[in-house]
Amino acid sequence: MEFRFTEEQEMIRDTAQAFLAEVSTPAAVRGAMVTERGYDEALWKRISEDMMWPALHIPEEYGGMGLGYVELAAMQEQMGRYLLCSPFLATVGFAVNTLLVAGSESQKQRYLPEVVAGKTATLAFMGPGSECDADAVQATFTTEEQGYCLNGEYRYVTDGHSAELLLVAARAPGTSGEAGISLFVLPAETEGVRREWLPTMDQTRKQAALFFDNVRLDASALLGEEANAWPALAKVLDLATIAVAAEQVGVAQQALDSSVAYTSERVQFGRTIASYQAIKHKAADMMLRAEAARSALYYAACIADEALAGNPRGAELAEAASIAKAYCSDAAFFNAGCGIQLHGGVGITAEYDIQLYFKRAKSTETLLGNAAWHRDRLARQLLDGESV
Amino acid sequence: MKLSFNAQDEAFRDEVADWLANHLCGEFEAIRGRGGPGDEHSFVEERKAWEQELASGGWTGLGWPTAFGGRGASIEQQVIFNEEYARAGGPGRMGHIGETLMGPTLIAFGTDLQREHYLPGIRAGKQFWCQGYSEPAAGSDLANVKTRARFDETSQQWYISGQKVWTSLAHESEYCFVIARTDPTSVGHKGLGVFLVAMAQPGVTVRPIEQLTGTSEFNEVFFDDAVCSADDIVGEPGDGWKVGMGLLGFERGVSTLGQQMLFQNELDEIIRIARANGAARNPALRQRIAEAHIGLRIMRFNSMRMLSGGGDDGSLQKEAMIYKLYWATWHRNLGKLAMDVLGAESEIISAAPYELNRLQSLYLFTRADTIYGGTNQIQRNIIAERALGMPREPRG
Repeated sequence: MEFRFTEEQEMIRDTAQAFLAEVSTPAAVRGAMVTERGYDEALWKRISEDMMWPALHIPEEYGGMGLGYVELAAMQEQMGRYLLCSPFLATVGFAVNTLLVAGSESQKQRYLPEVVAGKTATLAFMGPGSECDADAVQATFTTEEQGYCLNGEYRYVTDGHSAELLLVAARAPGTSGEAGISLFVLPAETEGVRREWLPTMDQTRKQAALFFDNVRLDASALLGEEANAWPALAKVLDLATIAVAAEQVGVAQQALDSSVAYTSERVQFGRTIASYQAIKHKAADMMLRAEAARSALYYAACIADEALAGNPRGAELAEAASIAKAYCSDAAFFNAGCGIQLHGGVGITAEYDIQLYFKRAKSTETLLGNAAWHRDRLARQLLDGESV
Repeated sequence: MKLSFNAQDEAFRDEVADWLANHLCGEFEAIRGRGGPGDEHSFVEERKAWEQELASGGWTGLGWPTAFGGRGASIEQQVIFNEEYARAGGPGRMGHIGETLMGPTLIAFGTDLQREHYLPGIRAGKQFWCQGYSEPAAGSDLANVKTRARFDETSQQWYISGQKVWTSLAHESEYCFVIARTDPTSVGHKGLGVFLVAMAQPGVTVRPIEQLTGTSEFNEVFFDDAVCSADDIVGEPGDGWKVGMGLLGFERGVSTLGQQMLFQNELDEIIRIARANGAARNPALRQRIAEAHIGLRIMRFNSMRMLSGGGDDGSLQKEAMIYKLYWATWHRNLGKLAMDVLGAESEIISAAPYELNRLQSLYLFTRADTIYGGTNQIQRNIIAERALGMPREPRG
């Protein structure tokens, strides 16, 4: 059985780890997170031009590296571990996947090389107050002679205020649920688009609201089939979900590692607190979750590759994504929460990093469905006979 | 990273499935799905006969080298066999301890004489073994064994005295491998030996322990100058800890997927009941059923990582170190879930005086899962110390 990284995959992971240890230091994270943009543009330039990370799973014919989701997950795990502040998730997890899944050949040829060259992008689909199912799509499109006209509000858009390219979902007026949904691609500077940064509790990842007021698009802006894009969007969301779960594995691991390191130095009652079973057992519970989360992630990443390749096992995508996101969300939260506790008083200071992981754990849990939401989706499959 | 076994292994899977379909029937139909944890007392004679049937098909000693009468199957093939065996409803293996613990130990540490004397009986499914490790004062602290082995120069025999406890299937076994103190002045890991002791002799008394399920699969075993020959010590006097702990390293995850198949059957039954009795409409139970499903799927993915190796240094990998704590806790939670899904019916047993249904047995017996084979607390110590490098517990 070869359910493990190949040597090449290990090398990709180790290279990412070494790079991030150098560039995504606690000082760098703190520097980036207090800005409205939320990331260092010079660093993004290095990430895209020197490291070619946005190109990772873009096929070679569009200028990409042609690698797969396992490599993507391996790298994104490290980005979570180092709390990298960057538009990588928005650009790759959301937008590239949308283009790969729903884009026409000419759209891929046009937009993917731009992403390879460093252009940032994101996906907007959720209306205010929604959960991440089909009903989340609230903005509307109407057909016009020359193309389409979009109206409505998007919220919780990852890096939506800074992304240069927007992928958006909208529905035909009067439709609900999975019916009537279309996907579009447009430059963020298109007339009628207003963007507003939404300051967030987790400052290491930015969100925005987008307001579309009679945004007029050419027919060529449509991705996939008009009014029938939900299957494609659902697939994109599952793929993005797995990318988020990868970050959560990194968060869970780092919360554990930093807690072991801290408790191994902190002395009380004449011994390091790491020598107390109360601490050791909590750390063991954290390792169990980190390792089980990693197992769930690797499986989901393999299934994502099958789905992107159009293989039969790709049919497991939704289930694998929900398993990974449900477990990894809980694992990241548990580990970060326990991490604060194991750090004691300093755990609640701004100075120590564990609080940043605690916040990232929660923001990633909320993003694309929390654990309860994904368990509910699986329950429908198990108990109601629905396919998820 | 790949998800599947290779084509050769899948062909082996077909061979196993075919054989089981053609042999686990007729006279063996009744023992399908019987035995195993919580049900070890059932159909003992029939299950012993089944061991011989397995042997005749060449399915015993599966992972043993061919030079010792085994099949020399790869780890993957052993996993597949166990998985298919569970899928087919194969009964709990009477020969489990002999095949997976005693045999590999003799192959690794035994003498040619011991191998010639004991391996064929295990391989043939005719001689059964139990494990004499735990004692009243040596549970988690296994090195604290008090049972003594004394060598008598005149008779050239070892004399063993002491008490073992939690000995599975002792009353059904021909032999016991006993860890005992060869140096009466020694303490802890030193001065121990592992002995091969016949159960049918005046110096051995087996007393069943009635469990909370009303059944007995564990026993107390009393040794009162029980004898074995000078040839029946594995390794040298003083090697007992190395030999005895060496045994525990042989598991390597080959039974994990088979075990998970049994868990899946239990979860499927719970889901069937939930759909039938309306529990499936309860939002809290829906969450817990989904959580159980997630937990079991991840258990499999974790096993796939274990089976794929990884660490170049041969050390136990992290995903392997969490396995016992993970599955035991999951299974114990499943027992509770089963009762909550059953609702009011969960209290009503099959018959007086104390005949439990399958899920009630599951509920009660899974409380043992987090205790035997290293309690959850010991597992956490091991994880913290060996995987995370945290300070070791002080030892008295």
